[in-house]
Amino acid sequence: MNFETIIGLEVHVELKTESKMFSPSPAHFGAEPNTNTNVIDLGYPGVLPVVNKTAVDWAMKAALALNCEITRHTKFDRKNYFYPDNPKAYQISQFDQPIGEHGWLEIEVNGEKKRIGITRLHMEEDAGKLTHTGNGHSLVDFNRQGTPLIEIVSEPDIRTPEEAYAYLEKIKSIIQYTGVSDVRMEEGSLRCDANISLRPYGRDEFGTKTELKNLNSFNFVKKGLEHEQIRQEQVLLAGGIIEQETRRYDESTGKTLLMRIKEGSDDYRYFPEPDLVDIVIDDAWLERVRAEIPELPDARKARYVSELGLSSYDAMVLTLQKPISDFFEATVKAGADAKLTSNWMMGEVSAYLNAQNKELEDTELTPEGLAGMIKLIGEGTISSKIAKKVFKELIEKGGDANKIVKAQGLVQISDEKVLLEYVSNTLDANPQSIEDYKNGKDRAIGFLVGQIMKATKGQANPPLLNKILLEEIAKR
Amino acid sequence: MAKITKEEVIEVAHLARLAITDEEAVHFADQLEAITNAMELLNELDTENVEPTTHVLPLVNVMREDKSIEGLPREMVMKNVKEHEGGQVRVPTILD
Repeated sequence: MNFETIIGLEVHVELKTESKMFSPSPAHFGAEPNTNTNVIDLGYPGVLPVVNKTAVDWAMKAALALNCEITRHTKFDRKNYFYPDNPKAYQISQFDQPIGEHGWLEIEVNGEKKRIGITRLHMEEDAGKLTHTGNGHSLVDFNRQGTPLIEIVSEPDIRTPEEAYAYLEKIKSIIQYTGVSDVRMEEGSLRCDANISLRPYGRDEFGTKTELKNLNSFNFVKKGLEHEQIRQEQVLLAGGIIEQETRRYDESTGKTLLMRIKEGSDDYRYFPEPDLVDIVIDDAWLERVRAEIPELPDARKARYVSELGLSSYDAMVLTLQKPISDFFEATVKAGADAKLTSNWMMGEVSAYLNAQNKELEDTELTPEGLAGMIKLIGEGTISSKIAKKVFKELIEKGGDANKIVKAQGLVQISDEKVLLEYVSNTLDANPQSIEDYKNGKDRAIGFLVGQIMKATKGQANPPLLNKILLEEIAKR
Repeated sequence: MAKITKEEVIEVAHLARLAITDEEAVHFADQLEAITNAMELLNELDTENVEPTTHVLPLVNVMREDKSIEGLPREMVMKNVKEHEGGQVRVPTILD
C-alpha cells in the first residue's frame, strides 16, 4: 500500500519588542539569568497585565505579510497548565479569535510553485527557559517569560519534508523582511513543531497524527519528518495503529522518541482572560500597519527578474535574506552591474560567509566597496583573478577598491608593448612548449600563460595576453 | 440535567494538581452536579440577540507603549524561591 504524507507546521516567532507582551520588563535575549523579570512575569497575586501596543502592531504586520485576514474584534484567553517554566500556571494566549486567519504563502520546490495555507496567527507570551542538569534537577531562567510571541499554524497542505523546509525558509524570510523578529533559530526566536500523519492515497480523511518537538534547525525538521514518515509507514504496513502522541527528535540518532500522549485542547481549560479587555482594530489602525510593510521577498524577486534581468533562481537566492538583498540593491545603486554583482554575492561573498560562519554585517565589506571593485573589473582595470585578492582585502579590512589596487600595484597590464615583452621572453625560454603546441598539444598554451601570469604576478589582462601569445607563437 | 461522575472530578483535580481522596471525589461530584444544575437554569433565558459578556465595563484597547523598565534585582526575585543555583531557580526535573 502506498501512503500520502500530510504535514502541518506550528511556528513560534518571538517579537523583538523592547518590553514584554504584558509587562514592562526588558525583553531582549542574552541577559544574566532572572534579571529581566518583574512581579507580573512571576505571577505574583494582585498584579495586572497590560497589552504592549507595539506587539499587537507587529503581530498584525506579520499576519498581513502572510496574507491573513485580520480579526477586527480580537481578545486574549487563558490557557491553564502546570509546568516549572511558567510561574503563573497559565499562559495568556488567543483561543477562538486569533488576530489573523486564512493566510497563505507560496513555496517553490524543484521548480514547482505551491501555495500553503495558514490557518491562523495568534499572539501569546513565551515561557521561561528550563535547563535540565541531569541529576534530577532543572534550572529555570524566567527572563524569557512574557516575551511576545506569535504562533503561526499552517494548514495540513504540506506533503513532503522538502516542502516543510521550503515553507520554513519562506516564513523566516517574510518575517525577517517585516522586521518584527530576528528569526534566529539558534537563539530560539524562531521555533517549529511539526504534525505528521499518513493516509492511503485516494482517501479523504486524515490518519492519526503525531507531533514532533525539539526540532532545533530547519535541517532537523526535515530529517525528523523523514524519519517519522518511515516509522509511521512501517507501523501501518505491519497492521499497527498510530497513537496520537508527542515525539521528541533526537539529534544524535536522527530518530523520534515518544515523549507523552498528547493532551486534548479541553485539558487546557481555556477561558477569556479576565485581566485584559478586548481589542478592536479599526480601518485606520489596520491601514497604518499595512503601510509599514516593506516590499516582501516575492515582489523583490519578481522585480530582479523583470528589471535587472536576473534568472529566477538567482533572484530567489538573493532575496531569501533581507540583509543580503538590501546589500545587493545598495551595490547596484552604487553603480555596479546587476548581473556581475549577483555573481559575486552568490559566489565569493556567500562562500566567504559560509567558510567563516559569519553574517554579512560582521564583515568590513560595504556596498560601495564591492561596487567599486566590480566597476574596476568592468573597466578592465583589474582581472577577475586579481579581483579575488582585492575582495579579500575589502571583506576583511574594508576600504576603497581603487586605493587598494593602486597601493598594491594590482592594476591589470593591458599595454600591448609590455605584454609583448613578457610573451617574447617566455617563448624564448620555453622552445619545447612551442614545439609541443605545434604538435597539437593545446595544453602547452596553458603552461605558457601560467608562466607569464607568474611573471606578472597575475596582472596580465587575460584576453589580451591570449591574443598576443597566439600571434607570437604563429610567427615562430 | 448534568451528571458529574467521580472520574471527571478526579481528572479535573489532576489537571489542577489537587490531591483528593476517593471519598472527596464522590462528595465533590455531588456538589458540582448541584452547582452545574443550578447554573443550567440560565439556559431558560432567551440569549439569541445578546453578545457574550466577558467584562462588565465597555472598555476596549487598553494598551501601553513599548517602553521597558529595568527588571527586579535578582535577590528580590529569589526571595520566595525555595532553592536556587547560579542565579537560576532549582526545581525537580519533570520529564514530559
